[in-house]
Amino acid sequence: MSVSEDTQQLLTEIKRLREELAIKEKHLHDLQTEPCNCKYLENNDFTTDEIIRYSRQMIMPQVQIDGQARLKRGKILIIGAGGLGCPAALYLTSAGVGEITLVDYDEVELSNLHRQILHSENDINIPKVQSASDKLKNINNNVRVIPLKVHADSNTLSRIIQDDKYDVVLDCSDNVATRYLVNDVCVMNDIPLVSGSALQMEGQLTVYHHNSGPCYRCLFPVPPPPHTVTNCGDGGVLGPIPGVIGVLQALEALKILVQLPDVLSGRLLLFDGSTTTFRNIKLRPRNEKCEVCGVNPTITKLIDYEQFCGASAHDKVVNIDIITFAEQTDVKDFPQDLQNNIVIDVRPELEYKMCSLPGTFNFPYSLIIKDCDKVRKFVESKVQDGVTDIYFLCRRGNDSQRAMLYMKENINFEAVQYHNIKGGLHAYSKYIDPSFPVY
Amino acid sequence: MCYVSLRNVNIKNISNFAFQTGYFLISMADLKIALEFGGGAEVLVGNQKVHEVAFPSKNKVWTIGDLLYWIKDNILKERPELFLQDGSVRPGILVLVNDADWELMDTVNYELKSNDRIVFISTLHGG
Repeated sequence: MSVSEDTQQLLTEIKRLREELAIKEKHLHDLQTEPCNCKYLENNDFTTDEIIRYSRQMIMPQVQIDGQARLKRGKILIIGAGGLGCPAALYLTSAGVGEITLVDYDEVELSNLHRQILHSENDINIPKVQSASDKLKNINNNVRVIPLKVHADSNTLSRIIQDDKYDVVLDCSDNVATRYLVNDVCVMNDIPLVSGSALQMEGQLTVYHHNSGPCYRCLFPVPPPPHTVTNCGDGGVLGPIPGVIGVLQALEALKILVQLPDVLSGRLLLFDGSTTTFRNIKLRPRNEKCEVCGVNPTITKLIDYEQFCGASAHDKVVNIDIITFAEQTDVKDFPQDLQNNIVIDVRPELEYKMCSLPGTFNFPYSLIIKDCDKVRKFVESKVQDGVTDIYFLCRRGNDSQRAMLYMKENINFEAVQYHNIKGGLHAYSKYIDPSFPVY
Repeated sequence: MCYVSLRNVNIKNISNFAFQTGYFLISMADLKIALEFGGGAEVLVGNQKVHEVAFPSKNKVWTIGDLLYWIKDNILKERPELFLQDGSVRPGILVLVNDADWELMDTVNYELKSNDRIVFISTLHGG
């Protein structure tokens, strides 16, 4: 986004004043609410304010004062402070869990805000764990919130687990490698794992390694082929979907802490937001031959999960480089003359409709490789009109390389030179015109 | 019409009775099942989540193993390896038989019954 100097100055000043205000408000709050345990309780577990605050759940027969005391003693580790982690952490904090540790390496981006409800416009570019823990402390200052800005991998996670004894772990991550890692960590340390996931209009939820139930590996001993996995950045997701699943993750975690029955273990909840239907599936029991939770486990210490899955432990796109240097065109040399040059944008039609560069033509990559006749005819007619250079363009410059390679192999014209716009529209926005939305 | 006379007959004997007498008027011919695809697996079958299908079942037992190949030959719109691998579904797809994990139902050997609902669900990883 391009902002003038004045706007930037104002934004900075407002941010500073907000921080100052927050500090003063906290000071006032501390002065007004001196913690003092309530003398009317049998034991000295809670302050008068805590009793009032949690009364609506404490007067439930399922919770009572003992359940609330278990929540207060409870320690929860949340992996991921995104679409699932935000709503989950919000409810766990509000419910009065004793300690919540948040692990996430990312910073807040504008495209996160539609679903990652703890972050706001003022948090862009600050670490997600910091943004989240600031909000959580404002909501419930009784809870000890620990933000850890680290990438969850075998080393960091085993250290985090060693440092503290967690009662429940929430997998709110966004990739396959981290899911195997978190599963193995939980099995090895005997901690129940509440696992949620969401994409587009669907969500899934289950609890692994609880009450002799199956673990993630019992269900999925072999990771999926990397090219079959879609992430939120590519497939998209409607905000309330991870919202629903994240809130239910909080519910299962609370049930485990309070020691309620009927935890979602050995069962899988499928939520389809397109029809607003929930389905509860009975899962296989724990696999005695499971490599990590079986009788004779073969995986007894953490492995390299990126290698195991053949995919990186994040949901960012890994850029490819499959064409020659000469075929790459720097975005700064983006053709001005769109008479003798044509630009083919190979993104899906709906993305092209959302935003596109004027004078470009849309032939989605998936259509090019399915039926290249249309694009062949188009190129043919353009060649007759005297076009000599064809540029391929997409979101990040990866699919455009694939499309270009495919065209080179299948539709080659002597008179035409193919080029790829390196870095795609992301590079265009960065180097040519920042008003083109990066999504 | 033969429903009436069969009403008190042990279910197990129905087919024997039918074959012996030749009274096979209620069409046992069609095995009707509902196929559902979700979690992104619907992309493999032309983005259609529900498929109602009927198989000729006279003298033939259909297992989920048979069904997998039928899907591959008839409704799969993408490369077979995105759905099948080594005679089963590829890793990352969960198969459900009437809301239960197919591991509880002998997986590919499960014999389909009329009105069964077979679900192929791709696991999600986003968050």
